[in-house]
Amino acid sequence: MFETALQVLLQGLLLGGLYCLFALGQSLMFGVMRLTNTAQGDFIVLGAFAAIAGLSALGALGLPDALLPWLAGLLLLPLAFGFGYALQRWVLNGTLGKDPLPSLVVTFGLAIVIQNLLLELFSADPRSIETAGLNTRSLALPSGFAVGVLPLLILGLAVAATAALQWLFNRTQLGRAFRAVSDDKEIAELMGLNSNRVYALATAIAFVLIALAGVLQGMRTTVSPSDGPLLLLFAFEAVIIGGMGSFWGTLLGAMLLGVTQQIGFRIDPGWGIWVGHIVFLLVLVLRPQGLFPKTRG
Amino acid sequence: MGNVQVIRSNPASRPALAAAALLVLIAATLPFWAPEGSGSSWMRDFVEIACYFIFAMMWNLLAGYGGMVSIGQQAFFGFGGYLMLVLANFGGVNPFLAVPLGAIAAAAIAVPVSYIAFRLQGGYFAIGTWVIAEVFRLSFANLSAVGGGSGTSLTALRGIDKATRENTTYWLALACVVAAIALVYLFLRSKRGLALLAIRDNETAAESQGIDVRSMKLAVYVVAAFGAGLAGALYFLGNLRISPDAAFSVNWTAFAIFMVVIGGIGRIEGPIVGALIFFLLNKLFADYGTWYLLGLGLLAIVVTIFFKQGLWGWAQSRWGWSLFPTQRTLKP
Repeated sequence: MFETALQVLLQGLLLGGLYCLFALGQSLMFGVMRLTNTAQGDFIVLGAFAAIAGLSALGALGLPDALLPWLAGLLLLPLAFGFGYALQRWVLNGTLGKDPLPSLVVTFGLAIVIQNLLLELFSADPRSIETAGLNTRSLALPSGFAVGVLPLLILGLAVAATAALQWLFNRTQLGRAFRAVSDDKEIAELMGLNSNRVYALATAIAFVLIALAGVLQGMRTTVSPSDGPLLLLFAFEAVIIGGMGSFWGTLLGAMLLGVTQQIGFRIDPGWGIWVGHIVFLLVLVLRPQGLFPKTRG
Repeated sequence: MGNVQVIRSNPASRPALAAAALLVLIAATLPFWAPEGSGSSWMRDFVEIACYFIFAMMWNLLAGYGGMVSIGQQAFFGFGGYLMLVLANFGGVNPFLAVPLGAIAAAAIAVPVSYIAFRLQGGYFAIGTWVIAEVFRLSFANLSAVGGGSGTSLTALRGIDKATRENTTYWLALACVVAAIALVYLFLRSKRGLALLAIRDNETAAESQGIDVRSMKLAVYVVAAFGAGLAGALYFLGNLRISPDAAFSVNWTAFAIFMVVIGGIGRIEGPIVGALIFFLLNKLFADYGTWYLLGLGLLAIVVTIFFKQGLWGWAQSRWGWSLFPTQRTLKP
């Protein structure tokens, strides 16, 4: 009994690491410009498929197989940075304002475009990123436990990304610019900041995290073109459970969501995701500001 | 100030109303004069477009007038459909009578749902309502009494012959369309409608004028849920079969957003124009599958960025058209 509980907890925390990577980009974009990216999940899936496509191109180089997915991932990150910058600068900036509708419709439209484009290019079959056996390797722990190497690695990356983002936000000049435009755009502009550029940089960084999340999701399990919306909901739930304005909160929210889903799956496989949603709604009712809020609104 | 005249109609609105009444009359007699064979396919088409239209109309009320942009209205669409089916199959209620009852059930469940959904604002409200719709979908998918994930059929219509069934469904759909337009139009022209427009324009200012913003928003949310439930109940009455994935698909809201944004948000004519365009596009291009949907997505993006007021809004600002005037003009 105790061992089962520990096993579920461990699996949930590892899953939470992945959810945290889904959510960090969302948390950053909302924190800086109050933009809700409804295509978040679809961009994650797009990242995974971009890595799959890149992998088949890199295959011709004759490098060792274990290296390839990491190389494809590394090459994808700067591309994602540029893509995110351009998307915000020339498309999304025009939709910002008091009314949330334009940005919602545009990102929702992007989600539909991405889903159908991927469906046309890659068919509806689930695919995964070939990792040369890394996704099945596990570490034996004392007392008979075993944890997968890849999930552990993902959790490590999630903690590192959270720490890096929090450091960037609190301690660097760019982070100060992020906080300034978030608090008061007009005053920040009077102080000489170009808010359109600051927004574009925030989205660029968010897209690096999105691409990273996509590659890791593709390595850990499978992706198919219609997966996006579910990933978006998980990302969103992690952000709200954690509380706005704190990336550590997002990490903890993601962990809580992961553990809850694992408990649900253990009770009945048909209800796992349902239990996750219900816990999210409970947090919303009992503690609408989230569990670890830093800012309000 | 004493002798100010409030003008509430315009030269186009009265003839438009008369033309609309005539159109409804012609449509109502369709089963009697339509050619054998194609009449039944016309009626099926009409029922389908009616459901899309009513759903879009209610989304327009919620988002365009109430300022609550939801991606979760399919929760009420599916709930209305399921309740209609449960009442008809298990409760022995006449299936046609079960349609409005399904809508009332959707309105009733919207009250507790609003308690959760209203904790979020703006973009987060949108995704929060989507999560709620997913909870509805997963809950019904796990109910074995209504067929679980694979769904079930509307068996209560057995024994009613095909012509009676199709004609009654058609008349019911027509009545629902007229009622939906009238409901929204009269609501917006009423004192409460004026309050709603005030809230949309400036919530704080409206509240300081004594408008109870919270109860107003709740009223709009419940009315929109009623309409969505009506559309859902009607759709699955015509479809004869329901499944959780079809009933609670986010595509319902996606299509509603598409219709409203293309036609023009925050105006009654918007969803009418949008539904007609959507229906035409669907007839012409639906065979292209993924490319068709991709095009719809792109069109929504382009219209949002370049024609913020939609097609009707563009026509209105150019020629001053307004078939359903809800504004009050003061004439000294």
